[in-house]
Amino acid sequence: MHAEEKFTYETWPAAPEKSTLEAKNKFLGFWFFLGGETVLFASLFATYLALKDKVPNTNMPLAKDLFELPLTFVATMLLLTSSLTSVYAMYHMKNFAFSKMMVWLGITALLGAGFLGLEVYEFSHYVHEGHKFTSSAFGSAFYTLVGFHGGHVAFGLLWCITLMLRNAKRGLNLYNAPKFYVFSLYWHFIDVVWVFIFTVVYLMGMVG
Amino acid sequence: MSTYAQKKGFGATLWDFLTTVDHKKIAILYLIAGGLFFLVGGLEAVFIRIQLAVPNNDFVSAGLFNEIITMHGTTMIFLAAMPLIFAFMNAVMPLQIGARDVAFPFVNAVSFWLFFFGGVFLNLSWFLGGAPDAGWTSYASLAIASKGHGVDFYILGLQISGFGTLMGGINFLVTIINMRAPGMTYMRMPLFTWSTFVTSALILFAFPPLTVGLVLMMFDRMFGAHFFEAAMGGNTIIWEHLFWIFGHPEVYILILPAFGIFSEIFSMFSRKRLFGYSSMVFATVLIGFLGFMVWAHHMFTTGLGPVANAIFAVATMAIGVPTGIKIFNWLFTMWGGSVKFTTPMHYAFAFIPTFVAGGVTGVMLAAAAADYQYHDTYFVVAHFHYVIVGGVVFALLAGTHLYWPKMFGTMLNETLGKITFWTFFIGFHMTFFIQHFLGLWGMPRRVFTYLPGQGFETANAVSSFGAAFMSVGVIVMLINIILTSVKNVKVGNDPWGDGRTLEWAIPSPPPFYNFKQLPLVRGLDAYWIEKMEGKKGMTPAEPLGDIHMPNSSFLPFIMSLGLFIAAFGAMYHVDKVSWALPVMILGLLITFGAMFTRSVKDDHGFHIHKEELMDDDDKGVKA
Repeated sequence: MHAEEKFTYETWPAAPEKSTLEAKNKFLGFWFFLGGETVLFASLFATYLALKDKVPNTNMPLAKDLFELPLTFVATMLLLTSSLTSVYAMYHMKNFAFSKMMVWLGITALLGAGFLGLEVYEFSHYVHEGHKFTSSAFGSAFYTLVGFHGGHVAFGLLWCITLMLRNAKRGLNLYNAPKFYVFSLYWHFIDVVWVFIFTVVYLMGMVG
Repeated sequence: MSTYAQKKGFGATLWDFLTTVDHKKIAILYLIAGGLFFLVGGLEAVFIRIQLAVPNNDFVSAGLFNEIITMHGTTMIFLAAMPLIFAFMNAVMPLQIGARDVAFPFVNAVSFWLFFFGGVFLNLSWFLGGAPDAGWTSYASLAIASKGHGVDFYILGLQISGFGTLMGGINFLVTIINMRAPGMTYMRMPLFTWSTFVTSALILFAFPPLTVGLVLMMFDRMFGAHFFEAAMGGNTIIWEHLFWIFGHPEVYILILPAFGIFSEIFSMFSRKRLFGYSSMVFATVLIGFLGFMVWAHHMFTTGLGPVANAIFAVATMAIGVPTGIKIFNWLFTMWGGSVKFTTPMHYAFAFIPTFVAGGVTGVMLAAAAADYQYHDTYFVVAHFHYVIVGGVVFALLAGTHLYWPKMFGTMLNETLGKITFWTFFIGFHMTFFIQHFLGLWGMPRRVFTYLPGQGFETANAVSSFGAAFMSVGVIVMLINIILTSVKNVKVGNDPWGDGRTLEWAIPSPPPFYNFKQLPLVRGLDAYWIEKMEGKKGMTPAEPLGDIHMPNSSFLPFIMSLGLFIAAFGAMYHVDKVSWALPVMILGLLITFGAMFTRSVKDDHGFHIHKEELMDDDDKGVKA
C-alpha cells in the first residue's frame, strides 16, 4: 500500500496506523519512546518524593498548606476528558470520518488548553504564597515534576494544532493517519502521568 | 536519482555527508568523530601519566589535573567509546539482518549530529575558560561548588549528545524488530545484532535518569534551584543515585557490543559455529537485566546501610555467572576449531584473560565490606581500565580491523595491525597491572601528585612507561589507516574468506540500497550455510523490484546546531550578559523550526527503479 494513495470508506484499512512499514516503525518506535519517558518521569517522581516538604525554615508552606483539591480536581477532569475525546477522534480516524475526527481533536486541544490555563493560575497562586522554584528544594522539585508534565501538555498542544492545520485540506491517508495515532498515544501518556501526579503530589500531599 | 555511481568533488562529498541519512555513511561519520575524540581523550591520558611519572611533578597544576582527568573520563566514555560502538552498529547491524537501512534514517542522522555538536560543545570548554573539573561522575557537592563554566559545559554537552544516543537506541530496537529479512528469526540473528538489541534496550531505559540528573544540575547551577543544596533542603545523594542508575547500565552498554564483536570474531576465525549460541543470547539478555539491579555498588561507602549494601553486593556478584557462561562459550568455540590468527583474532584472544582479570577484581570490589578498603584507590582505576580497555577498546580496535574492508572496501595492513596489537597489549598491561598494587598500597585515585618515599615511585614510572607503549600502538594504527587509504586496494564481498553472516554476502562497501533483492535466511550463519552448499551468494527472497529509499536532508544538522547555539545562551545567562537570553531563544527557535519543517513538509522518499538496478550489476558504490 502506498502512502500517498487516495482512499474511500470501503478501501480504508482496519488498522491504518500500522498498514505500511513506515507506520509500523513509527508505531513501535513511539511505544519505545514512551517507555523511556516513563523512566524519565519515574526519576522525577523519585526526586520529588525525596525532597517533599524539605524547606530551609519552618515558616515556609508545606504540601499540606498549599494544595487545594477543588482546583486540581477540575484540572484532572479536564485532562481525563481530553483523553476520552482523543479516543473518539481515533475511532473516527479508523472509520475514515475525517471531519468528525477533526472536531474531536479540536475539543481535545481545547480541554488541554483549559488544563494548562488552570496550571498556570495554580502556579502563580503558589508563588504568591511563597512557594517558589528558587525558595527551597521542595519548590524546585515540585515545579520541575509538575512543570515537566505541563511542558509535555504544551508540546502536545502545539503538535495537535500543527497536525490539524497541516492536514485540514487534504483529509486522511496512510501517510498522516499514523501521525494522528501517535499523537493520541502521546496524549494518553501525559494523561496517565497526570493521574500519578494527582495521586502522589496532590492526594498524598493533602494527607501530609 | 541515477547519479549515485559518479565521482564527486570535495564540496559535493562534504554536502553529501552533511545531509546523508544512509546508515553506512552515518557509520563513517561516527567512526571519524569518535576516532578524533578517542585521540583527544588519549592525549589527556598521556598528560595524566606524564604528571604522575615522578613524585612532586609540576607538569600540570592541581586544578588543570582535575580538568584533565574529568575530560579524559567523560570524553572516553561518551565521545569515544559510545560513538565508535554506534559506528559499528550502524555499519553492520542493518546488513546482518538483511535490511536496506535502519527504521528511521532521518532520526539516525539527527542522532549523529546531536552527539557531534554535544561533543564539540563539551570540548570547547578548553578554550572558553576551563574544562569541567568535578570528575566524570560530576558528584553534586563538587559540581555545584565548581567555579567558572566548566561543569556547565559538561551538563549541556552531555545533555545534547545524550538525546542523540537515546534516539539511536530506539532506532536500533525498531530496526531489529521490524526490518529483519525473510527467515531471519530472532534465534538466527548474529550475536552482534543480539548485543545491539540488548544494548539499545539498556540505552532506552538508562539514559532518561541521566537526562533528569543533568536537568536538575542545570537548574541548580543556572536557574537558581536547590536540588543538591543541603542548606535549602536539598540532597546531594540524589545525584549519585540518578547518575549511577544511568552509569551502571552504561558500562554494559559499552561491554555488550564488545562481546558481540568478539563473538563474531571467535566463530569467524575458528571457522566454527559459535558454541552455545542460545546460551550466549540468554547470557546477553540476563546481563542486560541484571545491569539495572546493581547501581548502588558504586555507593557502598555512601552510607546506605548494611542491608542495601548486602543486596547490591550479591546482585553484583550474580553478574559473574552469565559472564562466565560467555567466557566458556568463547573458549569452546575455539576448541577443535581451525583457528586463524588474524589481527582481530589477536585482540579476541588477548581479551579473554584480560577481561577475566577485570572480572575477578570486579567481584573483589563487589564484596561490600572489602570495598571500604579499595574505594577511591588505584585498585578501582586498575579494575575499570581492565574491563573497559581490555574489553571495549580491544573490541573497538578488533572491530576496526574486521569491518574496515566492509566499510571502506579495502583491507588494513595485517603486519602493521599486529604491531599495533602487540605494542598496545603490552603497553596496556604495563600501565594498568601495577595499578592494582598501587591501590592496595594505598595510593588514592584522582590525586595530582604524590610525595617521594611513599613507595609509589617505581610503580608509577612503570605505569607511565606503559602508556607510552600504548601511544605507539595507536600511532602505528593511524599510519596503517593512512597507508591503506592511499593504496586503496579494492576487495570483494568476503575479504576475510571466512564470513558467516549476511554482511559478507554483499559488495564491500555495499551499494547504498544494500540488498538488490532481500536475501532468504535459512539458518544461523546464513551466508556460511550457502557457501557450504557451494553457492556463491544468498538466495533472493523476492523478485527484482523497485526499491524505496529515503531522501537526504540537511534538517538533522540544523536541528542539532540550534541546540548547540541555545546551550551557549543558557550557560552565559548566569553571568547576566545581555545577549545570553536572545541567543538561547534563537537556538531553540532554530531547533523547533527545523522540527516543524520536518513535520509539515511531506517526505515520501524516492524509488530506485528496477531497470537502474539491472544496469548497476555488481559494481559497488564508493562510500
